[in-house]
Amino acid sequence: MGKRLNEITEGTLFLSGNEAVARGAWEAGVHFATGYPGTPSTEILETIGKEYLEIKAQWAPNEKVGMEVLAGASFAGARVLTAMKHVGLNVAADPLYTLSYIGATGGIVIISADDPGMHSSQNEQDNRLMGRAAKVVILEPSDSQEAKDMVGEALRISEEFDTPVLLRMTTRICHSKSLVKVGPRIEVPVKGYKTDIKKRIPIPAHARDMHSKVEKRLLVLAEWGAASPLNRIEKGDPSLGVITGGVSYQYVKEACPEASVLKIGMSNPLPWNLVEKFLGMVDRVVFVEENDPYLEETVKARFLIEADGKNVIPLEGELNPEIVREALKPGTGMQSTWRGFDLPGRPPALCPGCPHRGAFYSLSRLGAGATGDIGCYTLGLMPPYNALETTVCMGASIGVLSGIENAEGRKGIKRLVAAIGESTFVHSGITGLIDMVYNGNTGTVMIMDNGLTAMTGGQENPTTGRNLRGEKAPVLDLEELVKACGVRIVRVVDPHDLDEMRKVFEEELAREELSVIITRRPCVMKYRPVRRTVAVVDTEKCVGCRQCMKLGCPAISWDNGHPVISEFLCWPRCNLCVQVCPVDAISKDMEGDE
Amino acid sequence: MNSVTNVIICGTGGQGILLASEILCAAAIAAGNDVKKSEVHGMAQRGGSVSSHVRFGEKIYSPLVEKGNADLILAMEKLEGLRWVPYLAPGGKLVACDLEINPMTVNTGEAVYPDVDAMMKEKGVPVTMVPAMEVARALGNMKVVNVALLGAVSPHLPIDAEYWREAIKQRVPGKFLEVNLQAFDRGRELGSDT
Repeated sequence: MGKRLNEITEGTLFLSGNEAVARGAWEAGVHFATGYPGTPSTEILETIGKEYLEIKAQWAPNEKVGMEVLAGASFAGARVLTAMKHVGLNVAADPLYTLSYIGATGGIVIISADDPGMHSSQNEQDNRLMGRAAKVVILEPSDSQEAKDMVGEALRISEEFDTPVLLRMTTRICHSKSLVKVGPRIEVPVKGYKTDIKKRIPIPAHARDMHSKVEKRLLVLAEWGAASPLNRIEKGDPSLGVITGGVSYQYVKEACPEASVLKIGMSNPLPWNLVEKFLGMVDRVVFVEENDPYLEETVKARFLIEADGKNVIPLEGELNPEIVREALKPGTGMQSTWRGFDLPGRPPALCPGCPHRGAFYSLSRLGAGATGDIGCYTLGLMPPYNALETTVCMGASIGVLSGIENAEGRKGIKRLVAAIGESTFVHSGITGLIDMVYNGNTGTVMIMDNGLTAMTGGQENPTTGRNLRGEKAPVLDLEELVKACGVRIVRVVDPHDLDEMRKVFEEELAREELSVIITRRPCVMKYRPVRRTVAVVDTEKCVGCRQCMKLGCPAISWDNGHPVISEFLCWPRCNLCVQVCPVDAISKDMEGDE
Repeated sequence: MNSVTNVIICGTGGQGILLASEILCAAAIAAGNDVKKSEVHGMAQRGGSVSSHVRFGEKIYSPLVEKGNADLILAMEKLEGLRWVPYLAPGGKLVACDLEINPMTVNTGEAVYPDVDAMMKEKGVPVTMVPAMEVARALGNMKVVNVALLGAVSPHLPIDAEYWREAIKQRVPGKFLEVNLQAFDRGRELGSDT
């Protein structure tokens, strides 16, 4: 408690990988940072915003815009950082690939937080492949100290070799804490923008030269990497040589401390001389890496060696010490006394008081559903709502709804709306809506406006009136924006007004014209209740119809033929259970609930 | 030989697991250990299962505890405790809050909350149930359940009491400090009895 982290300039801190990246950016003199929230990367920008005020830091509406603003800041000679989750890099891929050709005037570090095991993601893509395809340098830290140090190293590489650097993190690095030695901030001047058309306009005549430069850069960096401490050989038992990086390195050291290890900290381009030296030192080679066989295939293609890799280490899911132990030294793990028990799972649920509950309950009561998007409201797929029927990527709810209509006409969408949060709509839903208007689609888009970016922990966005630092910001007016896109019918409704919500759905599903419903009610993270009010069940009146259970509210459980409402979980300002009870057996004092 | 202590703290979203593991880590650091902890965020606020792995000792590599290696599991909810039992080391101990929280699947009638006590008894799980809810109720603040449970496990970990108190002071805001220290002491008494 107390000191802001930018007041601490020496000693040791206990930091998550994300906090360490923020620290590394501050110490290395980063001037500008931007990004879009996405688990497991979110705390990088949040920490910079809260603790490191010397860095100009902001949320971007999406990762592509962030990457473009980053490019401009680098052109002006600032040291820059952007952070996103792995799928965010797909959104930012267009500027990334060409920024690789243009290079870095001020150092560029791009954080990709991959999610092996898909703790909170829709795919398990391995962005080392993306970095290699974009021909940028990739660094991979294996703990928080390295995460901090590698940000500084990335910026030095970026400026010396005129290249963006991708710092590839994974969930386990982002969200594990370890001790980090810290130092003061080094101030570097912003060089200032200077016109350099040949460097910054990749028309074909320029881009051909740029491409040659990129290929030469990779060759030089491969030589450089063999001598850099980013990559190192840890000499051990010559009968087993492990090539590894990232958190997998820690599992190897844990499971097999005696093995010889080639620890790769810079995974693109690979330090060929060092790899060759290591291969000559050991008998059996095993590649230990999460996700795709990136190191394995790259090294095997170059040296045509026999080695183990994905034949013993799973490609899908996260690694852990027992998996690595079993692969390196089968049968030597601790035998657990107990097998797993067959227990009910505990999936996440919409919070008590969640505004989305009213919308999904109403949809499911009508037998209607939704093409879905990425956010808390993806949980609308769960029972008892079973309301969400598709999810592809950020913004796709709208395109998918149009696509269904384009394929089979209004019949296909007569019981479907598109469900998208306000932050996701700003991120990449607007163009989908313009497509609907332009091409004559007639579906209904529901923008679920809960006043913040909720799934990632409650961040500000262009509609909330605050910026990353919590300062006042202009409010993006969703109604006006939607109308400006050409939508004539725009309806704003409180999703906890169940009668109104139902009526609006009925009317808009029936309407043969494009419409937008904005469900507006603040997320429960937006305010702290002054006092707790609890709904009360009159068990005399209750007829045991279970209608209240159809709300899927975590505060309501069923016992002995009646609902039981938890005094700890019941949320003030919410009376959905009172509204749905057909015999008025639930009551709640809503007065003074502000 | 590198002597490492492995702890798993588990429960459901909103129970204060992350704060409890922060306090444990701060105490372990104050006592001069290398420390790593690992947890997965994201779903934590939405009532799902939450767990935090903490490892401390002279030198720590993996941030994750291996199956069959946990010296101690602290469960803030019974069912979650049972879920992690395969991680217990031989001679390890499960300390659980005597509390049941229904998963949504139980509320919706798709699943039944199992008889956790009977299952633990049948399989011989070395469990100590701690009435931490009662401790918190007696102190008039239900938010101190997690710190009371830390108190209950503290006698079983190689960290002196002074470091625990120091860690609580570091992590808990001033106006709640006294009640948290009381919860810790009451929990420690309960934990020492077993």
